[in-house]
Amino acid sequence: MTSDATSASNPLLLFKDVALGYGGFTVLADIDIEVRRGQVVALMGGSGSGKTTLLRAATGQILPLRGTITAFGQNIAAASAGQLQALRQRMGVLFQQGALFTDLNVFENVAFPLREHTQVSESQIVERVLDKLDAVGLRAAAHLKISEISGGMARRVALARAIVLEPELILYDEPFAGLDPISLGITAQLIRNLTDRLHCASVLITHDVAESFAIADTVYMVGQGKLLASGRPDDLTQSADPYVRQFLNGEPDGPIAFNYPETPAFAQWLQQHGGRS
Amino acid sequence: MNTLVRGIGRLGGLVRGSIYGLGAFTRLFATILARSGIALKRPGLVSQQIHFIGNYSLLIIAVSGLFVGFVLGLQGYYTLNRYGSEEALGLLVALSLTRELGPVVTALLFAGRAGTSLTAEIGLMKAGEQLAAMEVMAVDPIRRVLTPRFWGGVIAMPVLAAVFSMVGIIGGWVVGVLLIGIDSGAFWSQMQSGVDVFNDVLNGVLKSVIFGIAVTLIALYEGWNAKPTPEGVSRATTRTVVSGSLAVLGLDFLLTALMFSN
Repeated sequence: MTSDATSASNPLLLFKDVALGYGGFTVLADIDIEVRRGQVVALMGGSGSGKTTLLRAATGQILPLRGTITAFGQNIAAASAGQLQALRQRMGVLFQQGALFTDLNVFENVAFPLREHTQVSESQIVERVLDKLDAVGLRAAAHLKISEISGGMARRVALARAIVLEPELILYDEPFAGLDPISLGITAQLIRNLTDRLHCASVLITHDVAESFAIADTVYMVGQGKLLASGRPDDLTQSADPYVRQFLNGEPDGPIAFNYPETPAFAQWLQQHGGRS
Repeated sequence: MNTLVRGIGRLGGLVRGSIYGLGAFTRLFATILARSGIALKRPGLVSQQIHFIGNYSLLIIAVSGLFVGFVLGLQGYYTLNRYGSEEALGLLVALSLTRELGPVVTALLFAGRAGTSLTAEIGLMKAGEQLAAMEVMAVDPIRRVLTPRFWGGVIAMPVLAAVFSMVGIIGGWVVGVLLIGIDSGAFWSQMQSGVDVFNDVLNGVLKSVIFGIAVTLIALYEGWNAKPTPEGVSRATTRTVVSGSLAVLGLDFLLTALMFSN
């Protein structure tokens, strides 16, 4: 799906030997990711593997413990507050829970970035917002309050808000979670079409194998605190790597443990509560 | 010995935490002031908040003012009657309300009604990732969310205090003149000659502006720093009422000492 010209362009987002964490705790290390214009890139991994941490790092919400993250050619860690604002204006982010503004209705939520960052007229705002709501199938829900729409609809509204400024880089945190099968297929196709039409780059944080493999150009798999595998969906499907096989086939047994690992803190807690470790 | 060391350590931690909190509070205040340009650039955002904070508080303020005025009328009459100077009831009611009760009781009610709603709103926006979403949309939440609310509160508070005092005076007039039968002319003329616009009314307005700044800022600070959980938001809301009310009473003592000392 990716043309040679787009592959040859400079990456819009680049993680180089990055380690991420909170406080003194490292969540992910040795991460190398490259996202180019026109690409749909899927970041996959189990729950708690650090996928959302990657998204937070890409938007500059957290800074890397090691390595460099470059967005649009600029090192995020070295960017001033103003430069970071400018970088963020070129990104669109779909949050895991939607993060819609509950004091605004559907229309105003989607119009919010336009009102904040552009000087377009009210009639143009109406046109552009209704166009984006139409793309997610919610044109006729423009007047509804956020409390009046379902969880799946809220995610579609959040998607419309993320793309309303037609950004160069769109980050989707679990775009398929909570969607019914019809919305799921349409949303996946919408992400692909948008990427092609706007000639932007899309990064999906997901664990939905079927939908993301259908639209992604490149897939990165994270787990166990590192990058486990990367490549085109076809390459990963053919992979003999036990981590990749277990994740893609959803097998209970394998190198990826289902149980949360026991820590000294847990052992101490258990002892205090009279249990045996 | 160990207990002593632990006690001193805990005290040190408490002092350090308080200084840190005060610093963070002052920094938030300075940031809001620095980003106040939005209030002039987009006055609609501030007027929305004046409507939300002020208009919805109007009923509780007016009803409370009326009853405080009734009580002032009754209590004032019983006391003044002993000295045969019940005609001074209008003056007593007006001075009590403009100098003290208007700004103070309004600020206490304001902390309970508008302050809690501000804290809960900001806290829930934080819990729902709305503030984080704004940040990654390159919209500064302090500028877009906190600053209009701050100015909305600061503007609404003196207006509400004026409404409280006005309704309170009407309450005092109803009890003193209509129910007890004090001469209406004496009630109003004593008030007119005894209340000074600068010393009494303007000082009262100044007090209510300062209370508005303190209560609104505390409410916003608590919401901004609330833990993004139901329990965290509930605790922050409680802290707004407690800290806001104590700040109002403490500031009132200071301001009264400064404004009305000879």
